[in-house]
Amino acid sequence: MAVITTAAAGAGFHKGGIHAYFRRMRAGDAVAHIITLIFAASILLITLLLVHQLWLASRLSRAQFGWKFFVTQIWDPVFDQYGALPFIYGTLVTSAVALALAVPIGVGAAVFLAELAPRRISNGLAFLIDLLAAVPSVIYGLLGIFVMVPLLRQYVEPTLGKTLGFLPLFQGPALGVGFLAAGAVLAIMVLPFIISISREVLLTVPVDQREAAVGLGSTRWEATWKVVIPFARTGILGSVFLALARALGETMAVTMVIGNDPRISASLFAPGYSIAAVIANEFTEATGELYLSALIELGLVLFLITFILNGLARLLILATESRSTQRSA
Amino acid sequence: MSLRTIWRKAVNMVMLSVTGLCALFAVSVLLLILGYLAYHGASSINLAFFTNLPKPVGEAGGGMANAILGSGKLLLIAAAMGVPIGILGGVYLAEFGGRIFPFVIRYTTDLLNGVPSIVIGLFAYAVAVLPFHHFSTLAGGFALGIMMIPIGVRTTEEFLRAVPDNMREGAMALGASKTRAIFSVIIPAAIQGIATGLLLGLARIAGETAPLLFTAFSNRYWSPGWGQPTASLPVMIYTYAISPYDDWHRQAWAAGLILLGLVLLVNICARLILSTRAAQARQ
Repeated sequence: MAVITTAAAGAGFHKGGIHAYFRRMRAGDAVAHIITLIFAASILLITLLLVHQLWLASRLSRAQFGWKFFVTQIWDPVFDQYGALPFIYGTLVTSAVALALAVPIGVGAAVFLAELAPRRISNGLAFLIDLLAAVPSVIYGLLGIFVMVPLLRQYVEPTLGKTLGFLPLFQGPALGVGFLAAGAVLAIMVLPFIISISREVLLTVPVDQREAAVGLGSTRWEATWKVVIPFARTGILGSVFLALARALGETMAVTMVIGNDPRISASLFAPGYSIAAVIANEFTEATGELYLSALIELGLVLFLITFILNGLARLLILATESRSTQRSA
Repeated sequence: MSLRTIWRKAVNMVMLSVTGLCALFAVSVLLLILGYLAYHGASSINLAFFTNLPKPVGEAGGGMANAILGSGKLLLIAAAMGVPIGILGGVYLAEFGGRIFPFVIRYTTDLLNGVPSIVIGLFAYAVAVLPFHHFSTLAGGFALGIMMIPIGVRTTEEFLRAVPDNMREGAMALGASKTRAIFSVIIPAAIQGIATGLLLGLARIAGETAPLLFTAFSNRYWSPGWGQPTASLPVMIYTYAISPYDDWHRQAWAAGLILLGLVLLVNICARLILSTRAAQARQ
């Protein structure tokens, strides 16, 4: 009997068994598919939970202040009055200063790396610049406090005050800490992002674009300025958006040099405050539900701004890259 | 040569030199940071810095042993949370998946990657601190773990996609199921790259301060177990840097030098490994 059963089983492997084997195999694949799917979906869940939690936890503040939250200047924990305007202002001004300083330098450096430098040197320098992006922000803050701030107080701000002091931007006492210091530290922090993304985008511009321009008698600079940069401008704009998103959300370096004073001043020398900095400074000390809720609503605002900027940036970079591949294909 | 040609050549020269100066500026910032930290930090690093607890205010000396251990523990939790979700999520994106859902996941991952770290801290506070009514190592690790997830997913997906398709086909032609092919052939082929990328991610979150401020908080003593607030290197640098004491400033420089040294070391090694791998793949 036993012999017959074995023989039958052996025959079965050639007929029904192979199907069973494949079925098992497919079942295994389905299990793996589902398990990895669950992990992938957990990312979506975590992000939704994040938004949900911020929304819930800011309920009190939203109910109390409504849209007025965004246009009120008063931030007074003693009387439970909270308005976000000084922080929104500080965040926007420091980011604007950062971009004004970092975009020209960053795009210039990217042009040098992509257009002029030999491949080997370009790769070496790009490596060093990527390292710059890896420096933790608290270290930028440390150097900001002990190097940038004294430098601004003693040399840069007095000089700017003397030469450009007729502009309201550069008036007032040179304190060192303030919008200008925060903007300058942010500029250095976002520089590597602008350089490395712009460089990549510039490198995707087809060579025949340059050759055509030079063939028509342009100098190297004219070919770069009038042909290559316009071709890559959407991608460069994308890198600027990414840099902006980073600058808006940057916390530690800004907290350490902005002066932490919730006031709106026209002068860049004046101390200010930013959204991220006020959360970092006051959250652990916040007593009272409304106070916490207002700080969390600031976090929600920050989240929404960076969410929109990141989305736009990615679309822009994608658009340039797909255009380049179309042209070169 | 006409005047106009001379002018154009002059503009060409000037502008091209300016772009060179821009690049020089960017690179010199890195060297300045390193040099300045080394100059100020090196003199404060001694054995006590690695083995002693912080001294009370006013007493000179002391170290940051608890912060170094604390950072290690936080990174361990972050890795335990971020690496499995990252790798399996990445496997899904690279090997399974259809059209719309993976797009949504990819977009969400990028979004999560771009969320300011302070907002992650708020989230971790709401989820892991508020219900338990106290700061803890676990909450800090949770915050860092969330930052680790998107890095893990994108790294895994990128390196799995770089594995040539004929390895998948070869495995399946030998009778392996898809799952078997993924776990015995494709992942081993990509594991070095994935590991390096994950290491880079850990180096990035090792320097994060903002998400720890109100999750792991800080501690001037050892933090036994996982349920107590803990010190960490970045938070110590922050607290010491904004304090008014000279001795604390010195220690902040020392801690900064150690943190930056570790982060750059990991970055340099990882990038060298990745670039030699890329060179081998091209051959």
